[in-house]
Amino acid sequence: MTRPNLILLIGIALAVPLSLLAGRVWLDPFAELPHNALIILTELRLPRAVLALVLGAGLGAAGAAMQGYLRNPLADPGLFGIAPGAALGAVLSFWTGLAGTPWILPLFALIGAGGAMALLGLIAGRTGSALLFTLAGMIIASLAGALMSLAISLSPTPFAMSEIVTWLMGALADRSWHEVWFAAPLTLAGIALLMRAGKALDALTLGETAARSLGVDPKRLQWLMIGGVGLTVGAGVAAAGIIGFVGLIVPHLLRRHTDRRPSQLIVPSALAGALLLLIADSLCRVLPLQSELRLGIALSLLGAPFFLGLLLRMRRGLA
Amino acid sequence: MTITADCLTLGGRLDGISLTLRQNEVTAICGPNGAGKSSLLAALAGILPLGGGEVRLDGDLLAALDPKDRARRIGFLPQQGDLAWDLTVEVLAGLGRLPWTLGPKEDARAVDRALADMQLESLRDRAVSQLSGGERARALLARVLAGEPTWLLADEPLANLDLAHQLALLAHFAKLAGQGLGVALVLHDLAQAMNHAGRVVVLQQGRVVADGPPEQALSAEVIAKVWGVNARWLGDAGARALVV
Repeated sequence: MTRPNLILLIGIALAVPLSLLAGRVWLDPFAELPHNALIILTELRLPRAVLALVLGAGLGAAGAAMQGYLRNPLADPGLFGIAPGAALGAVLSFWTGLAGTPWILPLFALIGAGGAMALLGLIAGRTGSALLFTLAGMIIASLAGALMSLAISLSPTPFAMSEIVTWLMGALADRSWHEVWFAAPLTLAGIALLMRAGKALDALTLGETAARSLGVDPKRLQWLMIGGVGLTVGAGVAAAGIIGFVGLIVPHLLRRHTDRRPSQLIVPSALAGALLLLIADSLCRVLPLQSELRLGIALSLLGAPFFLGLLLRMRRGLA
Repeated sequence: MTITADCLTLGGRLDGISLTLRQNEVTAICGPNGAGKSSLLAALAGILPLGGGEVRLDGDLLAALDPKDRARRIGFLPQQGDLAWDLTVEVLAGLGRLPWTLGPKEDARAVDRALADMQLESLRDRAVSQLSGGERARALLARVLAGEPTWLLADEPLANLDLAHQLALLAHFAKLAGQGLGVALVLHDLAQAMNHAGRVVVLQQGRVVADGPPEQALSAEVIAKVWGVNARWLGDAGARALVV
């Protein structure tokens, strides 16, 4: 096992127990535990920690693969329009008033993600060209965004509207094992697809022509990417709403600690994404605010300055 | 061992091209801008969907070949050598092993050999961004050689190199042909095609207008007809200069 992976695994092993103890009710293992400690642990904090690890891993891996696929360190899984597609599905479930029924919201979100994936494949699928793919993703993202705004503005009650807006911000609060049961298998399947794309992504380092001359099938690669990013991001949005920036930041921070081949970045990014989301969610939980800070907002607050710093550094590199 | 193209057509770029590449030989593909040189090279490498015609590799239809098998036999060096990520020389060369599945030991052996061939052993841990233009060109070529192909097709490999590095790279190509590879290069500099190729194919508007030893294929008449330039050759075989 490579050193970054080992360090990240140790980090996760240390962070999980700490995150289980932290929260509105602090659990001190050396003091007398409150009578509901077991329930807090097994029904609230453990599923939440597992979900943070799973979704973070998916976002990190998807980001690493996307940057390799688009040959661009600023690429983000959000570029494909899959997250807005999933969010649109979720918004429609609120709109129809069925969101309260268990499984309906994630189901709608997954259908939305699937629709975005199918649309992507339809628009760009024939050529396997990454440029066309990006443009298709942007079209889908803006279309889904517009439809989402339409649904919100036409929402039947102000209550539904506020529910939608809150949900869109992304959070892991009050998630249960339900979310873990559907998100974990989908995310892991997605990561497996992305790992299968690793060698082709390595070849793509040399450009599309050279990659094809090395035996890479651009269409197969495109389907692996649609499937891998679609499953990880779709499952993530379905379980927790939109959580940005993890897929952008994590691969970027880790690249220098690998040999810079995209295939070598996928697993470390998955581990680091898991760790980042777990820590961020735990911090959201313990911050002394009126109501809990939404995880999606926290990461965007963290991500925007990071993104700016990245741009400034790149500009200096170019100058 | 041959690559045979039969009546290749592609939109307005290739217009019925037939030719045969042989091993142990450096073939230069020359022609004015837009003559179809790069398209022809990509078609010979099997990475360009054709409008018509067929390419055969040792008798097998190239389009029907498994892409990995094709990639193991035909090494292709594209014109743009930009890397998305700043790999080290050794990792870059290792990318040439992607079509192979013989295990890490065999991969390491082939990479070592390619780096030795290109005199890059001392630079193997250097990042590509830290290399000079000549070293970078050699590193990109080492990537192709690490795949141990029987054919080497290179699209303008001398672009952006100074004269000394151009000559050094041409000497490498001649050496590789001497070792049994079939080498085809798209070249812009006619004097270098004249002096360093065993055979020259001249294209104009997607057609082969001359094909043969450099003295014939690049005669003053051909140059006048294809490039519209009145020129003559000075000097002796292997060291000729073009005077306009």
